[in-house]
Amino acid sequence: MKALTYRGPYKVRVAEKDVPRIEHPNDAIVRVTRAAICGSDLHLYHGMMPDTRVGTTFGHEFIGVVDSVGPSVRSIGPGDRVMVPFNIACGSCYFCVRGLMSNCHNVNPNATAVGGIYGYSHTCGGYDGGQAEYVRVPFADVNPTVIPEWLPADDALMMTDALATGYFAAQLGDIREGDTVAVFGAGPVGLFAAASAWLMGAGRVIVIDHLDYRLEKARTFAHAETCHFGEVSDVVLHLKRGTDGLGVDVAIDAAGAEADGSLIQHVTAAKLKLQGGSPVALNWAIDSVRKGGTVAVVGAYGPIFSAVKFGDALNKGLTLRMNQAPVKRQWGRLLEHIRAGYLAPHEVVTHHVPLDEIGEAYHMFSAKLDGCIKPVIVVSEEEDHAVHG
Amino acid sequence: MPYTAEKPARRETNEELRARIPGWGVDLDPADRPSVPRERYAPDETGAHWAFPDRQEGPPDRERSIEHMMLTPVYGTSVPLRGFSGIIRRIAYARFSEGRAAHWLLLILGDRVDAIASRLRSLISRRPDDPITETGVLSERRRHGIRSRFGHRRADVKHSWMDPIVVAGPWILAILLVAVGVRSAVKRR
Repeated sequence: MKALTYRGPYKVRVAEKDVPRIEHPNDAIVRVTRAAICGSDLHLYHGMMPDTRVGTTFGHEFIGVVDSVGPSVRSIGPGDRVMVPFNIACGSCYFCVRGLMSNCHNVNPNATAVGGIYGYSHTCGGYDGGQAEYVRVPFADVNPTVIPEWLPADDALMMTDALATGYFAAQLGDIREGDTVAVFGAGPVGLFAAASAWLMGAGRVIVIDHLDYRLEKARTFAHAETCHFGEVSDVVLHLKRGTDGLGVDVAIDAAGAEADGSLIQHVTAAKLKLQGGSPVALNWAIDSVRKGGTVAVVGAYGPIFSAVKFGDALNKGLTLRMNQAPVKRQWGRLLEHIRAGYLAPHEVVTHHVPLDEIGEAYHMFSAKLDGCIKPVIVVSEEEDHAVHG
Repeated sequence: MPYTAEKPARRETNEELRARIPGWGVDLDPADRPSVPRERYAPDETGAHWAFPDRQEGPPDRERSIEHMMLTPVYGTSVPLRGFSGIIRRIAYARFSEGRAAHWLLLILGDRVDAIASRLRSLISRRPDDPITETGVLSERRRHGIRSRFGHRRADVKHSWMDPIVVAGPWILAILLVAVGVRSAVKRR
């Protein structure tokens, strides 16, 4: 089969690999129809995530058609069109049964600090991802779900991570009626977090980024106020001034490890790999939120240390809440919101690219070219009836 | 103003927001938010029909964090440990917990060694690495590289000049290593 193959920092190729096989009785093999490139895939692509091995296949956002299942699988079968959460969960460990399915203890031998994630290095379990024609999906009775007939392909694809993570971020913020919410990062997750903040009763939503085309999307898609941090001398001061000196009630870091805004932070993290991530957005969130406020973090960071301003967080009495989103837990409510027309996740998709051109798609997304917000890799069109764009 | 007790006045009323934002406030009640409370014991809702999963068959020496008390029942098999990078990575897993910087720094070192070794292997393979196609740099023209970058006050323009160095570094190192190897082989003759 064809699959994206990592060749070292900033380099990927499409290569022939063996079709994955059933390795566990509750496995499924899924023929991928669409896969997305996530902003966090860029951390792998840039060589930031420890134990990213040459030869691995990325991709934790994908949908497809079930090709085969192991002998103990009961809930899905060959031919089913399924969406697959980016977290791999066993459904029976201490964490899964308490709803923390992104923190499963039974799927990642390489680390206890993170669960299993498709195509996200051996630090996250060593699973090949879905930017390929086929992918192995463990615990098929726990993770994948049949896509409702009415749900378009790109909407289903966004459900597998970006939409669920953005919606989860707004929940982490513990938003109350009339709150002012700042969202750092206008990528897909930030846009979805901003849109979700309104559903939870926010009074103002402000999105901060340095890419004007993404800020335009924040205004039109997420109905948010925007701040281009390259056009203000001090982001924190700007937000404080705009909130009568109080600060925002809730700040969401949807930027993560490669945040821009401080050259030294970005270079030490993204280029020299001396930090687990560039915590520019996180530090801005800590400093711009009001005393007693909440900072929610869903931007991805690596496992090594980062220069975070914990002193300010302590002295301001902040609540810091974070996690990888337990994706499947969000799906029931998100489907209601999409069906009601409150959320239209496919609107953030800007590019559809065939698998053979995925190297160029990575470069375009990484370099933020051509107004790229969310590139979708079209692996196969067949049996994918509700298609956008 | 934070110097007095009053909360700053709202810019828009709930009614105005409802009229402007589709679905405003539909999740105002935390009971409607699926991840509230964060932990909720519900073993019957996960889909699992086992108390402990069957064990995946595989090699007994699969590397694992020493914080794990056993090999997890399920794991990925994408790229097994191999070569010198594999030795480095195995040491990182076998000797240091995730709480130790040495664990992660060794894994990062293993990544760099893996990249360089793969570069060398590719030079003698039937499909050597092609930095032009594999970096996707050809999309610069089709995807409006110059127009996208300049004139928009993009913060990343300040450091994007470093990217070619990060990309070319392992290549240059690999070429130097080959040159040194060939030179010493010639000298030995």
